[in-house]
Amino acid sequence: MRKNKVFFGFMALILVVAMMAGCSSNKNTGSTNTGANTGSNGEATEQTGKPSGEITVITQRTDIVDTVFKEYAAEFNKIYPDVKVNFQALSDFEGQITVRMNSNDYGDVLLFPSSIPLKDAADFFEPLGEFSDLSKEYIALEEKTVDGKAYGIPTAVNFSGILYNKKVFENAGVTTAPRTPDEFLNALKAIKAKDSSIVPLYTNYADSWPLTQWEGSLTTVAGNVDYVNVEQPNSDENFVPGKPHYDLYKVMYDAAKEGLIEADPTTTNWEASKADLANGKIGAMVLGSWAIVQIQGLAENPDDIAYMPFPTNASEVIMPLSGDYNLSISKQSKNKEAARAWLDWFVKESGYPTEQVGGMSPVIGAELPSSLKQFEGTDIKFELKSPAKEGQEGLVDKIDKEGEIGLNQPEFKKRIIEAAIGNTNESYDDIMKDLNDAWVKARAKVAQ
Amino acid sequence: MVFKNLSYKAQRKIIIISFSLIPVVLLFTLAYLPVFNMFKYSFTNWNGYSKSFDYVGFDNYKTIFTDPKYFSVFKVSLYYFAASFVQMAIALYFATILSFNVKFKNFFKGVLFFPYLLNGVAIGFIFLFFFRPDGTLDTILRAVGLGDFIQGWLLNPKIINVSLAGAAIWRYMGFNFIIFLGAISSIGKDIYEAAEIDGANRWHQFRHIILPSIKQIVQLNLILAISGAISAFDIPYIMTGGSNGSNTFVIQTVTTAFKYNKLGLASAMAVVLLFIVIIATMLQRLLIKEDK
Repeated sequence: MRKNKVFFGFMALILVVAMMAGCSSNKNTGSTNTGANTGSNGEATEQTGKPSGEITVITQRTDIVDTVFKEYAAEFNKIYPDVKVNFQALSDFEGQITVRMNSNDYGDVLLFPSSIPLKDAADFFEPLGEFSDLSKEYIALEEKTVDGKAYGIPTAVNFSGILYNKKVFENAGVTTAPRTPDEFLNALKAIKAKDSSIVPLYTNYADSWPLTQWEGSLTTVAGNVDYVNVEQPNSDENFVPGKPHYDLYKVMYDAAKEGLIEADPTTTNWEASKADLANGKIGAMVLGSWAIVQIQGLAENPDDIAYMPFPTNASEVIMPLSGDYNLSISKQSKNKEAARAWLDWFVKESGYPTEQVGGMSPVIGAELPSSLKQFEGTDIKFELKSPAKEGQEGLVDKIDKEGEIGLNQPEFKKRIIEAAIGNTNESYDDIMKDLNDAWVKARAKVAQ
Repeated sequence: MVFKNLSYKAQRKIIIISFSLIPVVLLFTLAYLPVFNMFKYSFTNWNGYSKSFDYVGFDNYKTIFTDPKYFSVFKVSLYYFAASFVQMAIALYFATILSFNVKFKNFFKGVLFFPYLLNGVAIGFIFLFFFRPDGTLDTILRAVGLGDFIQGWLLNPKIINVSLAGAAIWRYMGFNFIIFLGAISSIGKDIYEAAEIDGANRWHQFRHIILPSIKQIVQLNLILAISGAISAFDIPYIMTGGSNGSNTFVIQTVTTAFKYNKLGLASAMAVVLLFIVIIATMLQRLLIKEDK
């Protein structure tokens, strides 16, 4: 008898373990319930004055998480002394966060990952308010608004173009920023002719993500704020000659073909390239405005580092504004009130947008950063891209993913450079035709 | 106590079950469950994070086998496959030499095994500097007067895979080496002595004593080498990201899953890879059995 008792006890233990294992695999169904519960809890605490508790903020800024962010937390605690702010910095934010979002544990305040389609926003994030209300206070909310509700507020507003060393251009006899692709290529040639040790245009091919920065200038090349989100998804001619994509990457191809880029693109180095641009060993790099502060910080004379719009044949020059990563609140957050307090403080009070990103603050009426003041009095316009038509939100992204084109991925840009330096037998038109075919096929499939 | 009063048989059962429970649970949750899920996802169009997905039947598999983009990358595996023979030859060479009496034996063992202990990311960066124009390799070549042989090691699409496979040899050779060394040291000293009395030199000893004795281990290493070649990933991924013609099947899978958010299709690719490795291993075992 006794033997049996022990044995049964043991079996019971196994059962318990098995049940626990079973529970953990059922986590997803359980989580939706707890999510709803904490939601109502959050509302309950809202009535009781200042928020308190602990929140986790997930950021991509591994470089300043232990320095600047710690100071932010201290500043924040002066106003909200009862909130403890913890930071987690992910070096590969996009890759790691999407995996974590399958669980309930993805922090309280986090950046809205660019790979999450807008239509899934409500599954993961807390709505921050009605678009019509918030848009009186902030710009560039359109990107993360669905069904009239905003799910994120940009940490900063960036603009896209080319970062260049003014001194290098002036030494080569180019005193005004080139406006058209031809002028730009001639300027690069002049730099090369003047001093062949200078790389006129550095692509950062090996690090590959800098290549994705080119896509941001599509609006400039199109000369039309409607192109990216409104016209593009309704066109079967996205990469054909004469269209913005064709002209945009033709600059890349021609520069590479003429030997105006680095001698061995396969072994480039991002950190070194920043210093080289600052010291005048590199003429220009296609980068978003966020890079201005970083490069100026390395330069002996920060005034040498200037910014220009991407060269275009369009009748007017538009410097497109776009939100940086958007700050959002997790739907699974157990302390949404404190999370919201941090979010509002970070966007409005921290000074992060201008000091750390070098862009504009998303808050309407905020002061312009110094990098923008150089454009005062020129005919360059700063405008936001128009949002997609109703019902077409996120359509470009959907077609892009379905066709494996990768507008915001480095793959086809690398292909263009490989072809241009003669490593493959493809011509520029071959690549563009290939991309357009994929686009047409994917668009037809997505439209179904 | 209670346990003492149990029969030997029951005690044994309890011990076996309780000791194996944790590893079995871990194995199940961390190995079998994910594989099972991978099979499931391979029949869906899941994007990797959405709460919902549709079952699409064999569509993903059809895509893989009909679109040359997915399969042509296996060409690159041939470089790593060829390299694995070089790697084994070098490993066998060093293992044999170090199994004889040499000075600083343990020091050399350590030096040869060391690269295998290094982190793959670190190795990627080391070789990135090694292959840069005017990098370590070019400097060495110039120093010994072979400056004319300098190439764009990663720039030239004809050479890039050879360069990367070379880095892979450097990294994994130590592992083969240590296995060979272990096998060789299990051969009895008396056999060598007998051979020496018969007038056999080192080459004879290697050819007729060492090689036959470690045949099994050579075969094992061969299997590992083939599956390693098919699933080559870390070195090309870190060094080139699969660009300039160095794309491998696993890099292609990662790109599909995490850049284009086609986790269903990527799962199908992983399943295909799994079967290719299984088939390659089985073929090899069959061929080797006939050998006997």
